[in-house]
Amino acid sequence: MDQEHTTIVVGASLAGMHAARTLRTEGHAGRIVVLDADPHTPYDKPPLSKQVLSQGWEPEKLTLPAATEDLALDLRLGVRATGLDLDRRVVSVQDGDDLGFDTLVLATGASARWIPGTQGVAGVHVVRTLDDAMALRDELEAGPARVVVVGAGFIGAEVAASARSLDLEVTLVEALPVPLERVLGREMGEVCARVHAEHGVDLRLGVGVDHLETVDADDGGRRVVGVALADGTTVDCEVVVIGIGVSVNTGWLEGSGLTLDDGVVCDETLVAAPGVVAAGDIARYPSGRFGQLLRVEHWEHAIQGGEAAAKRLLADARGEAPGRFDPVPWFWSDQYDRKIQLAGRPAPDDEVRVVVGSTEELRFVALYGRDDRVVGVLGMNRPRHVVQLRRLVEEGASFGVALERAAEL
Amino acid sequence: MRVVVDYDLCESNAVCMGIAPEIFEVRDDDFLYVLDETPPESERAKVEEAVQRCPKQAISIED
Repeated sequence: MDQEHTTIVVGASLAGMHAARTLRTEGHAGRIVVLDADPHTPYDKPPLSKQVLSQGWEPEKLTLPAATEDLALDLRLGVRATGLDLDRRVVSVQDGDDLGFDTLVLATGASARWIPGTQGVAGVHVVRTLDDAMALRDELEAGPARVVVVGAGFIGAEVAASARSLDLEVTLVEALPVPLERVLGREMGEVCARVHAEHGVDLRLGVGVDHLETVDADDGGRRVVGVALADGTTVDCEVVVIGIGVSVNTGWLEGSGLTLDDGVVCDETLVAAPGVVAAGDIARYPSGRFGQLLRVEHWEHAIQGGEAAAKRLLADARGEAPGRFDPVPWFWSDQYDRKIQLAGRPAPDDEVRVVVGSTEELRFVALYGRDDRVVGVLGMNRPRHVVQLRRLVEEGASFGVALERAAEL
Repeated sequence: MRVVVDYDLCESNAVCMGIAPEIFEVRDDDFLYVLDETPPESERAKVEEAVQRCPKQAISIED
């Protein structure tokens, strides 16, 4: 891409910044404009549910390295993209002129979902942005008598753990019978439940939230004082954190002509339309490995997607053959003194076998098998083993080979 | 090139070990050991990938 070429990257979080960085370091000689509605210097998100809450990390500590490197990016923060016109090849923005592009990277990610009617109630939080995390931290530091976390997925679990580390009383509410059942299956979900219970969390499983109990707040709004659960019980509390998942930020792309279906639907090289690629939480692509369309919300996936999306555009410009984007999903979650790592994509009815350690000691590795292939590796405080067995998922190894390899570690 | 690890940030996620096991090793004590602090230039691409993918951004390269 020569000096006349303009690439717009919409979204300056992990995927967008890695795309921008890769474009520049791999030879893009033109303008790289990066937009984000969030006014903060691009930042890393994993610490928002962990160190920001429990160890007082300040915003500067979260700055993405790509935001400090000398990449000659035209970074426009606090600028919200509002539409895309593929015919005129422009991105429209709030309070500004349309921006023209030659190539485009879509990386607008996702937003936290609220329980209907709860946004704006004082004391109720989601944790997705830096502003969210700092506002929650202020309320946690005020020493609430009890915090209710709704949703025992990875965000909810980490927030619960962070609140416990501040010596706060925590009730964790999960609609499924065990935490993370859809991601890890029943057996491993029960292990996650035990981790919470052993750290003093009041765990309410298999029950949802019916409504919030609120009172008038000083500013004329409402403030939460309790959570009424679907089983008829009420939990008094001062702070509620909602961790029930996200919705993808594709609203601004409605009417653009792109296929929007739980994300921006791309081909196997992350192309959504000629000269348009997507990366990160927003990108839905056909995985040969898993035989289905995937949209993955993991940290490493955003990095790999950003880099791959950029390389896809560069391959086009150079007339080179594009590579297929089909990584094995991998992520980690730190809860209390446990490090959970998962490589692959287990399904609820996969076979599960503990191959290292034991779930009793909360230090183990389990393999997931489907159709005689190893499709997932789950580790709790056994990083060395996970990283070596992860390779087998990438290679599509048989379950038997994986069991043998695990026995050798 | 010199491979530098900030052990205050390192949490032994072992991603680096998966990328360059000849340079990074997380052992049974769960600590990361850098097996070769001055690897040859041929290893640069792998070390840079480890730098990018370390969940704690604990690895840096000093030239």
